[in-house]
Amino acid sequence: MSVFAFYLFAISVIAGGLFTVISRNPVHSVLWLILSFLSAAGLFVLLGAEFVAMLLVIVYVGAVAVLFLFVVMMLDIDFAELKAEMARYMPLALLIGLVILMQFVMAFGAWEANAAAEGLRAQAIPVDRHNTEALGLILYDQYFLLFQLAGLILLVAMIGAIVLTLRHRKDVKRQDVVAQMMRDPAKAMELKDVKSGQGL
Amino acid sequence: MADFFMNHPLGIALLIIGQIFLLVIPLLVALAFLMYADRKIWAAVQMRRGPNVVGVFGLLQSFADFGKYIVKEVVVPAGADKSVFFMAPMVSLVMALIAWAVIPFNDGWVLSNINVAILYVFAVSSLEVYGVIMGGWASNSKYPFLGSLRSAAQMISYEVSIGLIIIGVIISSGSMNFGDIVRSQDGDWGVFNWYWLPHFPMLFLFLISALAETNRPPFDLPEAESELVAGYQVEYSSTPFLLFMIGELVAVVLMCALISLMFFGGWLSPVPFLPDGIVWMILKMGFVFFIFSMVKAITPRYRYDQLMRLGWKVFLPFSLVWVVFVAFAAKFEWFWGVYARWTVGG
Repeated sequence: MSVFAFYLFAISVIAGGLFTVISRNPVHSVLWLILSFLSAAGLFVLLGAEFVAMLLVIVYVGAVAVLFLFVVMMLDIDFAELKAEMARYMPLALLIGLVILMQFVMAFGAWEANAAAEGLRAQAIPVDRHNTEALGLILYDQYFLLFQLAGLILLVAMIGAIVLTLRHRKDVKRQDVVAQMMRDPAKAMELKDVKSGQGL
Repeated sequence: MADFFMNHPLGIALLIIGQIFLLVIPLLVALAFLMYADRKIWAAVQMRRGPNVVGVFGLLQSFADFGKYIVKEVVVPAGADKSVFFMAPMVSLVMALIAWAVIPFNDGWVLSNINVAILYVFAVSSLEVYGVIMGGWASNSKYPFLGSLRSAAQMISYEVSIGLIIIGVIISSGSMNFGDIVRSQDGDWGVFNWYWLPHFPMLFLFLISALAETNRPPFDLPEAESELVAGYQVEYSSTPFLLFMIGELVAVVLMCALISLMFFGGWLSPVPFLPDGIVWMILKMGFVFFIFSMVKAITPRYRYDQLMRLGWKVFLPFSLVWVVFVAFAAKFEWFWGVYARWTVGG
């Protein structure tokens, strides 16, 4: 049963990745990418790493891919131009792809895992506690400082991005919430007695 | 016979399919009556009669609507991306339905009793936004697209504060399994043992975030009639539209179930001398749904910038501070350890 599920997820990861590359429409590409992410989450579940699987779905599918989709939907892409560009760079791309393929074949063809290394390999499913707990112990206990540091770096990056893009333009009307809430009928309207035949 | 269902792969598959039907069919039938209740409450607040023609007191109104939707013609816009156009309502409904796999209705009455249940619900509800985006984009028309962008931005914004509120509850109960979360609320004082009391401000925040997350009034900006046509569903008709509508309502009922599990003790009885049971769970869900309907009836619609401000500048900082507070309260067992229920109760 789990072998069947593994092949199902594995095939849909690869198919999703393939169609991400060859789709003509960029929005379809992102949707295929999402399928790929979801199947990868399925593979994590099969490994027994359900916490990582859920995080993959929440972070990558629920947030990152949504932003991708937003950006891609808004882009005005000229497909004909894109195709012409692709034809120009095709030989170079094929060459690079071939080189990488050869490297993989050479590297993995000659790869023999040491018997001692096999024994050291980390266990996917800890026997004595479930993996959310195990992850928590590693991140917040053993590697607490490094984890906090990583968070700090991300925070700095986020603030940097906001500072770079935030511009206060004078000609844009901004809503001032406090001013709006402080309004009352006495300040908001004024009754005037207008005589006929005369303006204000 | 029992052996076939327990050990044979085909038997196990049949058993799971049977359980799924046992969950989904009552859910969808209940949904029809909830839709009717929603309209009746709305009508009562506005001193109208509401649906009262089909069946006794109009009870069969939703079924008549259902029949009407499915016999109408499916209209597809000429420039639509057909495959994505039809996939969007299906995604919307399927994502709303699969979250129910981990919702327990009674002690042990759950389809899939997984460790990370609450994260699973959160993950699935974060996927619901795809139905909206895909529907709006695939229609190849301006108004659905604008509506879907609004709707998606709103759903993503409120997911953040929902996530933080959930973290507070997880810290208090020391587990992400709904069964454990409910059992940690068990105690001698019945209703006062539930998390609504220690997590009181978060109950309101969650309720409001749930309204925004499911695009219910007063946050139904994607469907704001005065500004947009009907949000991302403009080009949808017949059954695809029905799927969107059911998906949205299933998501609302799911939020009701989440609130009753996380803050109102799920199937636990409110007074110690009455037995616990599924009836409490259903009553609590019905109560929360009633609140949702009343909010729909009595509140005016928010403005979009107000909605975004509320989500990012009010709810997010407040729930973040609350998580820190709960973490300290749980660690040092302040207030007689009410924030650290895994040490006190279950």
